[in-house]
Amino acid sequence: MTQSTAVDLAAYQDETTIRDLIGSARTVAIVGLSPNVLRPSNFVGFYLQRHGYRIVPVNPRETEILGEKSYPSLTDIPFPVDIVDVFRTPEAVPGIAREAVAIGAKALWLQFGVISPEGARIAEDGGLKVVMDRCMKVEHARHAGRMHWLGFNTGNVTARR
Amino acid sequence: MTEINPNGRPHAYGFDTRAVHAGQRPDPYTGARAVPIFQTTSYVFEDTDSAAAYFNLQEYGNTYSRIMNPTVAAFEERIGNLEGGAGGVAFASGLAGQAAALFTMLQPGDHVVASSALYGGSVTQLKHLLRKLSVELTFVDPDDLSLWEGAIRPTTKALFGETIGNPGGNVLDVEPIARLGHDHGIPLVIDNTFATPYLCRPIEWGADIVIHSATKFLGGHGTSLGGVVVEAGTFDWSNGRFPVVADPSPAYHGLAFHETFGMYGYLMKLRAESLRDLGGAMSPFNAFLLLLGVETLPIRMDRHVANAEDIARFLVCHPMVERVRYAGLEDSSYYPLKEKYLPRGAGAVFSFDIRGGRAAGTALIERLQLWSHLANVGDAKSLIIHPASTTHRQLGDEELRAAGITAGTIRLSVGLETLDDLIWDLERGFRAARAAGGTNEEAAAAAGRTVEGVETEPQVLR
Ligand SMILES: Cc1ncc(COP(=O)(O)O)c(C=O)c1O
Repeated sequence: MTQSTAVDLAAYQDETTIRDLIGSARTVAIVGLSPNVLRPSNFVGFYLQRHGYRIVPVNPRETEILGEKSYPSLTDIPFPVDIVDVFRTPEAVPGIAREAVAIGAKALWLQFGVISPEGARIAEDGGLKVVMDRCMKVEHARHAGRMHWLGFNTGNVTARR
Repeated sequence: MTEINPNGRPHAYGFDTRAVHAGQRPDPYTGARAVPIFQTTSYVFEDTDSAAAYFNLQEYGNTYSRIMNPTVAAFEERIGNLEGGAGGVAFASGLAGQAAALFTMLQPGDHVVASSALYGGSVTQLKHLLRKLSVELTFVDPDDLSLWEGAIRPTTKALFGETIGNPGGNVLDVEPIARLGHDHGIPLVIDNTFATPYLCRPIEWGADIVIHSATKFLGGHGTSLGGVVVEAGTFDWSNGRFPVVADPSPAYHGLAFHETFGMYGYLMKLRAESLRDLGGAMSPFNAFLLLLGVETLPIRMDRHVANAEDIARFLVCHPMVERVRYAGLEDSSYYPLKEKYLPRGAGAVFSFDIRGGRAAGTALIERLQLWSHLANVGDAKSLIIHPASTTHRQLGDEELRAAGITAGTIRLSVGLETLDDLIWDLERGFRAARAAGGTNEEAAAAAGRTVEGVETEPQVLR
């Protein structure tokens, strides 16, 4: 099994929250975005760009990723951010969560395997929505994209066109 | 879109609703209500960037129907949904799916532990095909957990069994076997063909991969071959035991499937590599027919089970019957497991031993009017086969015993006909069998003897 921790992950995988975030967000800061096209973060950044989100790389080692200026930290970004999407080790999350609160982001989104109850609590106390151990690309593809074309279980049932 | 209830939770649709709807919404372009048959080999790209993104798996897009097809995808998602998995990948047949599922996680030097009570074709595939790939195999009596445990080696990469064994009707104790596997970081692979997700969902009991021959009850009408592999999405392929799944893939320009796609990584690799390279894709037309079958799966299975239970009870009381192997009978040793894993019924395939051996079995089959004598199961029509005079004809009584059957074993796949007619027909067969029983058994056995130099391995039961 992937996780042996006692975090109540389901509380951070609420479908309504996820759908609202996917539908309302425009700007997504990606912390730990890699310039390597084979890295998961790059897959997600590329995909979100294709689907009309403005992505903001946060990576102190790079100046530009996927055609966007890269910032050393969240607090260096000079414009509002809707979602802070995190591809870092769980230990880095509390600090990132504090910065996400400081810049007034609307949500903290922790990717597959990024599990941090402390980070989640900091973000929630700061008024942010939190999603944990979910992939933003997958959730977009499930609710608004074409994930069903590859036979994945989207859970969607509808008789509406 | 999923409807959200006033309490904020998404509405949880029932099994029967999902059997009709999951995986298919009305076609957004035409409004077509039935699933369109996308009988196309390939798909026009919007532009070169999109084409590149599809091939790089950076975007979900259609490229070529050996790898994906929208009609097939509706079938894949439907079964993935009904089994409670992350999704599905469909194949041209059950065995094509099984080979690809194993191929995806194995490499030379690996080892598999499998139940010895399996469909004959699976036994052959595991024994001979895997050996060619330098994968070793241990068959164990599925009823003894200590044997499963004792067979596990450092190189073991999968535990494999059937929910309901073919043709012995044994019920697998899935939960402790799954736990045993997980304690060793090994996935449990279950062939759920005979149960279907309506009768049992192995993922709910800890199984990691569920395989179906959709040819059988899922399609349900004997029209189309097909297979599907479902993965739960919870197994940790990055636990160190599965570099073949977790490491950057040389067959996909260095992509690390589990890291990149998380809970969808195994299925992505199964599709983008194994299906692509082995090539056993399901045809869109078969997917259409199989989807039609799945829409009525719940009501068909109820009727299959009801007829099967009544016929099993009829057989138990019959003077021409020595033994009935059906977990749905209360005095079956598998009844407690059936109550746990198969509360709605033990399926509709089972076997019995007729008195009078080979000759009696042959006579019964020859007299039948309504039961179809053929090598398949899971049709709306009732099917019957007598292994000793057909698929296992070359075997002597001793060899038959080794294969887990006797000269008088008869396997039934109970269909949806009027129960009285099925029993009426069997009764006529028994009368003929009684007339023939025992008298020319030796002659029949002699007729079935091996021709010298001919391979004696039996044709497998389907
Ligand atoms: C239990 C079981 N598994 C797998 C298979 C193989 O399926 P297929 O014939 O679709 O390859 C069969 C029957 O053939 C079967 O009965």
